[in-house]
Amino acid sequence: MMQLQCPWCGRRPENEFHCGGTTAIVRPPIDCSDEVWGNYLFFRKNPKGLHAERWRHTFGCGQWFNIVRDTVTHEVGAVYGITEAQPRAVDP
Amino acid sequence: MSGYRLAAPHGAWIDRSRALRFDFNGVDVKGFAGDTVASALLGQGIGHIGRSFKLHRPRGIFSCGLEEPTGLVDIGVGRYRTPNTRATDIAAADGMTAKTGNAWPSLGLDLAAINNKFAALMPAGFYYKTFMWPDWHLFEPAIRRMAGLGVAADGPDPDRYDEVSQQVEVLVIGAGAAGMQAALSAAQSGRQVLLLDSGPRPGGWLASQSLRSEANSQQRLDELTRLVAAAGVSLRVNCTVLGLYDHQLAVALETVNDGTVRERLWKIRAERIILATGAIERPMLFPDNDRPGVMLASAVERYATHFGVACGKRIVISTACDSGYDVAASLNAAGIEVAAIVDSRETNGRAAPMGVKVFLDSSIVAVSGSRAINSVTVAANRGGDAQAIAADCVASAGGWTPAVNLHSMAGGKLRWNDVASMFVPDLPLKGIESVGACAGAFELELALEHADATGRGNATPAPVGGLGIVPARNTPTLAALSTLGRRPGKIFVDLQNDVSADDVELAARENYRSVEHLKRYTTMGMATDQGKTSNINALVLMGELTERKPAEVGTTKFRPPVKPVTLNALAAGRTGERYRPLKRMPGHAWHETHGGLFEEFGGWLRPAAYCQNSEEVIPAAEREALHVRTHVGIFEGSPLGKIEIYGPDAAAFLDLMYVGTMSTLAIGQARYGLLLREDGVIFDDGIVARLGEQHFWINTTSGGVDRVALAFEEWQQCEYANHRVLITPVTSSWGNVTVSGPKAWKLLAAAGFDESLAPPNMKHMTMREVAYGGVKIRLMRASFSGELGYEINLPALHTQSLLQRLSEVGREFDAKPYGIEALMVLRTEKGFLHLGADTDGTTLPGDVGMDRGIAKKAANFVGRRSLLRPVALDADRMQLVGLLPADRTSRLPTGAHIVTKNPPAPIDGFVTSSAYSGVLGMPVALAMLKRGFARIGETVTLYHLGRTLRAEVVKTPFFDPKGERLEG
Amino acid sequence: MRNRYSAGNLLGAALGGHKDWAPAWRDAEPKPRYDVIVIGGGGHGLATAYYLAKNHGITNVAVIEAGWIGGGNTGRNTTVVRSNYLYAESARLYDFSVQRYESLSKDLNFNVMFSQRGIITLAHSRHDLDAQERWTNAMLCNGIDAEMLTARQVQECEPRLDISSRARYPILGGFTQRRAGSARHDAVAWGYARAASALGVDIVQRCSVQDFIKQDGRVIGVKTNRGEIRADRVAMAVAGHSSVLANLAGFALPVTSYALQAMVSEPVKPVLKAVTLSPALGAYWSQSDKGEVVIGGALDHFPSYAQRGSFAVNQQVIAATVEAFPSLGRLRMLRHWAGIVDVVQDSSPIIGATPIPGLYINCGWGTGGFKAIPVGGWTLAHVLATGQNHELAEPFQLSRFHTGRLIDEAAASGIAH
Repeated sequence: MMQLQCPWCGRRPENEFHCGGTTAIVRPPIDCSDEVWGNYLFFRKNPKGLHAERWRHTFGCGQWFNIVRDTVTHEVGAVYGITEAQPRAVDP
Repeated sequence: MSGYRLAAPHGAWIDRSRALRFDFNGVDVKGFAGDTVASALLGQGIGHIGRSFKLHRPRGIFSCGLEEPTGLVDIGVGRYRTPNTRATDIAAADGMTAKTGNAWPSLGLDLAAINNKFAALMPAGFYYKTFMWPDWHLFEPAIRRMAGLGVAADGPDPDRYDEVSQQVEVLVIGAGAAGMQAALSAAQSGRQVLLLDSGPRPGGWLASQSLRSEANSQQRLDELTRLVAAAGVSLRVNCTVLGLYDHQLAVALETVNDGTVRERLWKIRAERIILATGAIERPMLFPDNDRPGVMLASAVERYATHFGVACGKRIVISTACDSGYDVAASLNAAGIEVAAIVDSRETNGRAAPMGVKVFLDSSIVAVSGSRAINSVTVAANRGGDAQAIAADCVASAGGWTPAVNLHSMAGGKLRWNDVASMFVPDLPLKGIESVGACAGAFELELALEHADATGRGNATPAPVGGLGIVPARNTPTLAALSTLGRRPGKIFVDLQNDVSADDVELAARENYRSVEHLKRYTTMGMATDQGKTSNINALVLMGELTERKPAEVGTTKFRPPVKPVTLNALAAGRTGERYRPLKRMPGHAWHETHGGLFEEFGGWLRPAAYCQNSEEVIPAAEREALHVRTHVGIFEGSPLGKIEIYGPDAAAFLDLMYVGTMSTLAIGQARYGLLLREDGVIFDDGIVARLGEQHFWINTTSGGVDRVALAFEEWQQCEYANHRVLITPVTSSWGNVTVSGPKAWKLLAAAGFDESLAPPNMKHMTMREVAYGGVKIRLMRASFSGELGYEINLPALHTQSLLQRLSEVGREFDAKPYGIEALMVLRTEKGFLHLGADTDGTTLPGDVGMDRGIAKKAANFVGRRSLLRPVALDADRMQLVGLLPADRTSRLPTGAHIVTKNPPAPIDGFVTSSAYSGVLGMPVALAMLKRGFARIGETVTLYHLGRTLRAEVVKTPFFDPKGERLEG
Repeated sequence: MRNRYSAGNLLGAALGGHKDWAPAWRDAEPKPRYDVIVIGGGGHGLATAYYLAKNHGITNVAVIEAGWIGGGNTGRNTTVVRSNYLYAESARLYDFSVQRYESLSKDLNFNVMFSQRGIITLAHSRHDLDAQERWTNAMLCNGIDAEMLTARQVQECEPRLDISSRARYPILGGFTQRRAGSARHDAVAWGYARAASALGVDIVQRCSVQDFIKQDGRVIGVKTNRGEIRADRVAMAVAGHSSVLANLAGFALPVTSYALQAMVSEPVKPVLKAVTLSPALGAYWSQSDKGEVVIGGALDHFPSYAQRGSFAVNQQVIAATVEAFPSLGRLRMLRHWAGIVDVVQDSSPIIGATPIPGLYINCGWGTGGFKAIPVGGWTLAHVLATGQNHELAEPFQLSRFHTGRLIDEAAASGIAH
């Protein structure tokens, strides 16, 4: 069980959080093609390694935030605001 | 084997003043407080404990710890029976019952022991090669009955368990010398330290050296113990770490048995973890090495020092490691006769005790005796004459295996050490280091120095070594075996699963050479001991057979738990309502007094119906529904999801969330709305009311409110962060009482509601904040029944008294409570959508006729684009329609399928909701039907569990199509 | 050398101390060129190779496996085989697989121990019963055996279930597919490997793909740690690692990888007869022939490539187990582990061409790939050999994620599978 750093509440156990998957996916406009829309809905890079993803501290402050996490080691590198850009140095 | 109890003062862990007795297979066993079941059995000379898994060969106690492969017993009876309990890992208790599980009718006369006669037909994986003809089903039942070890309990476990979470700076796992030193040094450098040990007392290996005077071990141990306590280290014994999980979480099991709980689960989050889990002795391999009486040498030593038990009267030590000589010295000091030391090496690093004969470059080639040993045969590795030695116990010391499982579980790599023939941790992990024997450090002084540095936070490489040269190969040479002049017995690698050296050879021959294939094909290492004493021997053998070094063969993956753990200890009390707590409505007691039959709906306990006398739920619901249509009904809707939305952009935000437009709502108005997922699928619905310019009240389904709030928050925080909106779920703050029926207003008026709220003055689908009895309430006119309806939202704590008052006042109007099932009847009569029944995870708004107005809407609401995909435009989509039975009397069951011929047949649709309508005097149903909207008037065939029915496709609502009853 | 597996041959071999058994499969050195390369030596990859050889006569085939065959999800799943699906497309696909399982031991001459002990899905509420009647009717319409059970019948099938009203999730009944069951997972991988190898297929272990070799946008081979291997067609059947290879090849998949845990108890004398699943408790159970209670549960809650599970989920699944079977509370959990599963939105597979010419895929089985090994191999072999999708695989193309024509079993049934 991981321990995640909520930017507002500090380090808390994994089961207080909800993982929202890959972050910073841009929502296409309504007049996009079926292909673009399908890609937005379902297609993910799903990297083995560093993954920028969003989480919500559901059983806590309720806030969403971003992290960069290694999907193999589960080590967490950067923790950053939900509307912030991914920091450059992200090595966990 | 003929073990016996040594005279006092031998046995540091037992209290001879407190005798106890327990039952083993009907035999009265005597022991002392501090004994394990194993030590008491051995002390009484009982060596034959169980039967092996496959061949049912006699097996005894092999070790003195949690690595035990064979000494397994079922402890307790009835609901207390705990199968497969390691006799070496459970304290003996007065009155206990221990029984051999895998033997029938008895341990002595075990009929399945015939398997041993046919062992030649049962090599590794034999079942893959046969039982195919005529069919596996004919063989399987017998095999299942034969398999398994112990017998599960007869009923629910009466004991209790609990769980504690703990946060520490430094966690040291293992309170042997190195662990204690590391804990001490960490504490002395100002850290908060928790020290765990799986045994009942600290000391580890050092504690078992007390008989050897030159080691001075007792004094050192006492000193360390004193210093550790003085430095403020918390010590918890009988506590085994089961596994290491992400981010330095250690999960440990404490055996408690203090009358409160049986076992306690600890979840310990540590900044640093120091592993000091010691090492497990590696057995020597020789023919018939599975006989009761063949034991790990360190175990034989430990039984003497800790429990004052001699495991035999004449002990032969079989070794390939200097530690065999230390054991000989210990036993000698305890007055136990060591008949000989058989050392497979050409030279020994240590001297044998005076008078003990040493056979160098020799091996045991035979063990005579079946349920007990009476002699062993020794031969030189280069051949020559074999020599029999009378003995009743063989102490086996083939080297050591560092207990690296936690290191490995945490992701650590291993490295093979050729000198000591063992895997040691390669590089330390972030925040997880190893000290002492588990790091490969067997030289006490060096290990303590390293533990001290590690404890202080100065990482240095572990001083691997201290055992001298230990050969990897552990089996007698062919020359030695040939001295027997007959076929040697089987050499067992995995004692519990009966995996022999021949099986490893067969695996190699058949190309199951990867260590994981070896394990899976032979089942080596898959028994309840997880191969703690067998894995290394097996992979060394495989390496030899395939000309690979052990490092190339590699180890199998280490999996938690380190030792098997009680399911109930893991559940830790999360049973019954604690498994997933049920929510109770604020008016719960009122429903109880009115005879509510409670069932769970979406996590809430709610009255399904209020059954009268012996009425069933469905007839009761039909009666209640009809009563609402004719009189007035009272319903508690408190679980209804409630979310308040505030902010300057609240209206715009809701336009983005809902299919419908909410920004055009006037203050006080309410509107039904549908919520979609981004893929266009309906995922919730409910009423939205506007309480102010920047303030909305939202109802969701009872089960959906958490999902909706989560989705709103995600959209607001992640996509529409520029929208100034606050989203506040308030479900449990507000109670909800719904009054429905033609006399609804009469009841409210009589209860003191202001005339300004009467139907002509307060329109359908409006909401008002008013005071009632001094309490601010939010009153909505809405209806899920089609009758005049008021939904009274009020602070939850007043719900009970409002229900009370309404029912008292309501006697005059024959007001009656109605439950969820009646509500389902009412809404089905009206054709109102019930999410999760009429919709599933594929339903789009157009399928239920709710896509009107979308084209005109400006906002790009969630899911909108998905409604333009080919799937949404398919002409063949199923659409929600009404169904009436062709004969107007047969019920159309939910789940019945609409087909064009008898199954197997293509599916045209299915019934989603069904009810008997009292007011219409016939059954009605809703169904999803392909192109349903265009098929009104058609007669269709329904198939349901083998029978067919006819039904007519009709428009909904079935009842009051013009909606005239809404005004009472 | 002894090749054929039978009771008679076992007896014969026993007389000679089992010294003459042939290797179950050949460990091949990779050749520079094949007709077809199958990446992934799990059940699906090995079955693909076998059916290429057997059904289509294409034997110049290599199965390349980064580790050891059967070491991925094939060797770490809970071995349930069933076809109790709701939609016709799924029913056809999975029942084809169940039918192959019924004859697989004889077909492969390797006992895969397919045991049709039935699967019971528990109903804990009236709504569950309604949903299961829908499900049962759908299965019957699709030509699959299915039967509703009363609570009493459930109890007869599985006496240790708690059917009392005290239970947090009382059992009101359930439905069963009696032809469902379980098989021995390793045997399926080894059986296919042995049979494929006998037909001439090369099985290359410890051979990991580092990159794809392309020419004019078409995949013509792979670069591996054991050199370059070329082929007319390349197929991948690597489950949870599909995205990694897709990223290398230059296309995206609608896949997210999650850890799925499984656990077993210590072996005990028979306590469970069938396979039982509780959607409300989020877990399912069976007992292996060895006597271990095999327990499966829900996915971990976040994407992962680590083959170890979260303890929080482990604990939840164990709690579900003792909730359903209170008398098993004193059994001990012996091992728990995780596989990496390839989860797509609709929990249905992808079998066919990829956007990259020359490259084909079989993935998306998520938590339920084991049961589909025969059909996954059969249909992938078909498209590799003929260039045309097998009729059963037609609905399961990548394009459905753009048209929206998902076959959403989980959405319709309300449970993961």
